[in-house]
Amino acid sequence: MAQYLVLIYDDEDTLAAADPQASDELLAEHRRFASANGTSVRGGNALQPTAAATSIRPDGAGGFSVTDAPFAETKEALVGYYLVDADDLDEAVAIAEQVPTLAGGVEVRPVLTFD
Amino acid sequence: MLAATVRVTRDLDLAEECVQDAYAKALTAWPATGIPRNTGAWLTTTARRRALDLLRRQATAARALPLLVENSLDEAEPQRRTGGIADDRLRLVFVCCHPTLSRDAQVALTLRLLCGLSTAEVARAFLVGEPTMSARITRAKKKIAQARIPYRVPAPAELPGRVASVCEVVHLLFTTGHAAPTGTELIRRDLVERALDLARMLHTLLPGSADVAGLLALILLTDARRDARLDEHGQPVQLAEQNRGRWDHGAITEGVALARDALRARPPGRFALMAAIAAVHDEAESWDATDWREIVGLYDLLVDLWPSPVVALNRAVAVGFADGPAAGLAALDPLADERQLAGYGYLAAARAEFLARLGRIRDARAAYEEALRLTGNAAERAHLARRLDELTE
Repeated sequence: MAQYLVLIYDDEDTLAAADPQASDELLAEHRRFASANGTSVRGGNALQPTAAATSIRPDGAGGFSVTDAPFAETKEALVGYYLVDADDLDEAVAIAEQVPTLAGGVEVRPVLTFD
Repeated sequence: MLAATVRVTRDLDLAEECVQDAYAKALTAWPATGIPRNTGAWLTTTARRRALDLLRRQATAARALPLLVENSLDEAEPQRRTGGIADDRLRLVFVCCHPTLSRDAQVALTLRLLCGLSTAEVARAFLVGEPTMSARITRAKKKIAQARIPYRVPAPAELPGRVASVCEVVHLLFTTGHAAPTGTELIRRDLVERALDLARMLHTLLPGSADVAGLLALILLTDARRDARLDEHGQPVQLAEQNRGRWDHGAITEGVALARDALRARPPGRFALMAAIAAVHDEAESWDATDWREIVGLYDLLVDLWPSPVVALNRAVAVGFADGPAAGLAALDPLADERQLAGYGYLAAARAEFLARLGRIRDARAAYEEALRLTGNAAERAHLARRLDELTE
């Protein structure tokens, strides 16, 4: 058994512009996803918008540079995640395919475990 | 052998190392003990033993590789339906062609691990530097291990999609060998042979797959013309001028039967249709006796199923032979702006051919010159230059 982080990328503008009914429906789909994959899903959350993000990088001189922005700027932003258990990549992908998004997709990353 | 060893190690690098060890051992052991009756089994057993040995040592060193080591190290695992070795090879095919790997990586791994080419040979086959290819293969192997791409035959429900990706890889190998895009030789016999072997193996392992039957048929029916495609100077001979007596009629018979099987699938797949087109050519007594209407009809189906500019180009050429060069030119016209065909010498060569037939010598000359500029293969360039020389106003 291995763990995979399913990173949910979506278009924040589309999410923000979604009417209440569409937002409720998306939330309901996430609940359906989580209960359908109850044995695999170990955790997960939605994230506050990237407007609330702060990036911190060592400045190379012993201090830090702190910026008011997400780490990587792309059209789709990281908006949430699930941590799932899966036997292998095929199973992880099969689970990830069920994650609902409005205008984006998901990335599956194996979690590196240290002994 | 590699496939059977990977089953034990779950680690492609380690398995390769053990197989090489086994060969080295054979070189020292066989002169003394004599060559064993079943050399393949001897080597496989030796490689697997070496793998078990190494894995045990790693385990005692507490460097557990929980991701890579199979629980049942011994022969305890029940043999699957298709039988041990065949099943191992099939699993290895699906690992190499796993859809979560890039197409480049799929092809490189297939050549390296299933065809046994060295990294240097794979690099040469795809005209990239050895360090580049080595990095590509290493990256792919790492992803297999780190992301845990499973070493198994996909479930029946996912099989069609996965087989399609395997067929794509084998077909790409074949087309690269059949008409080498660059280099000095037109045919890369090694790649053609590898692709044919793989297609045969897949057909043995998955006899019920129409895609695989179609692919094998396509390769057999295309490759059947190999001996007639080059003249004694190594120059390409157009289909129209080939000595059909030199075609491999055994391969044609086998290919036609397979194509018939593949065409029974509803709707027929891409490879089955391409095989059927090759079969119409192969079964024609002569160039003049070719049933061009049948070929255009098959291309119409293929364009629907696989709308690619290259297929449209081949269809337009067939139209030219069915309905005359003016119709051919008209069918080629809409392709002039296709971005995908912009660097493709065949479009210009086809236009040149039809223009020459219409007696528009000056336009034909310009089109041949354009084709020459776009063609990287030396043998094809020589052919085009000869056609250009033959043009008289």
